[in-house]
Amino acid sequence: MARIVGAVATSHIPLIGKAIAMGWQNEPQWKSFFDSYAPVHEWLRSVQPDVAIVVYNDHGLNFFLDKMPTFAVGAAPEYVNADEGWGLPVVKPFPGHQELSWHLIESLVADEFDITTCQEMTVDHGFTVPLALLWPSKDDQGNVARPVKTVPIVLNTVQFPLPSPVRCHKLGEAIGRAVASFPEDLRVVVLGTGGLSHQLEGERAGFINKPFDLMCCDAIGSDDIDRLLRYSSRDLVREAGSQGVELLAWLAMRGAVSGSMKRKHFAYHGAVSNTAAAVMLLAP
Amino acid sequence: MDTTPFGHDDIPGTIVFDGHQAMKGYALNKMCFSFNDAANREAFKRDEDAYCGKFRVPPAQRDAIKRRDVLALVRDGGNIYYLAKWAGILGLNVQQVGALQRGITEEAFRLMLKEESA
Repeated sequence: MARIVGAVATSHIPLIGKAIAMGWQNEPQWKSFFDSYAPVHEWLRSVQPDVAIVVYNDHGLNFFLDKMPTFAVGAAPEYVNADEGWGLPVVKPFPGHQELSWHLIESLVADEFDITTCQEMTVDHGFTVPLALLWPSKDDQGNVARPVKTVPIVLNTVQFPLPSPVRCHKLGEAIGRAVASFPEDLRVVVLGTGGLSHQLEGERAGFINKPFDLMCCDAIGSDDIDRLLRYSSRDLVREAGSQGVELLAWLAMRGAVSGSMKRKHFAYHGAVSNTAAAVMLLAP
Repeated sequence: MDTTPFGHDDIPGTIVFDGHQAMKGYALNKMCFSFNDAANREAFKRDEDAYCGKFRVPPAQRDAIKRRDVLALVRDGGNIYYLAKWAGILGLNVQQVGALQRGITEEAFRLMLKEESA
């Protein structure tokens, strides 16, 4: 049977993708940030996951407002990155795990999550930056390795009404049940990407709420999740900014792993671009 | 359940992008979505007004495009994820876009981010 070996939450800030493309990992202003992923790399080497289920939000690459699904699940053989319009270099495609995708789709719909299924889906920085952070190794030719297959799960954080925190956490629980009933022996890691508090638009652009960020990270790390599930999505905008609602992906990630999985690693970095950055590992 | 009335906005300095905004900004956002394609970015640069016309962007929003008035576009239904692609054509980064809306310098904006997250 498949099983979830652990979960990782991480920022997906485009500037991190640029830093990776430029090879700035050892530059003074970046070194401590990239070094903080070393414990996650060590853990990944020890558990050797086969598949990463990546919960994130699209930023206007694959989805437009003509059709905006609340929850979408990828079911493609591979996921192609593409030009997002503002200069982030395009990276090579990521392999999908179609059998697991369709099992997730069957299981989620049976569980009353009426998701959108996508046999083609471009993936933006919300997906590519976390994978580059977690699996940075290159082969002898200098090509970035793609050691895990992937299943993207996209949450709408673009257009209100957004799914609520409690709904996203329940989606995560349903993802957990789906993986546990997949017959093949697979080691699965669940990623939740985005955050922390930030706001790109309006007179409040540049809003950051560090106490709220740290409270959320503590609540998610310790599975004291009820503190966060009482919020509405509008409350999240108020407390974490319009784009801070990306916290929803972290809540789905938390829901996918059992309460016995606790925070094994956590790092917080002051403003990287318009938001602070963080990485968290949940494992038995 | 979220019982905030449709189109109501009670978070200071924040325009929640809901159906009310989405209707106002649809043409504008559709044009900005097209900027994922480099050829479309070039077409916009060659003749901004003609490109806006192709997408039937309303006059007030066209004026705001001309003035590089990000805040006016956001208020009038522009969604920042799509507007970011337009800002990219202008060579503006997210700190510059933020500073423009706040009415402060990029340097002051960066300092603010640093202090908030320290």
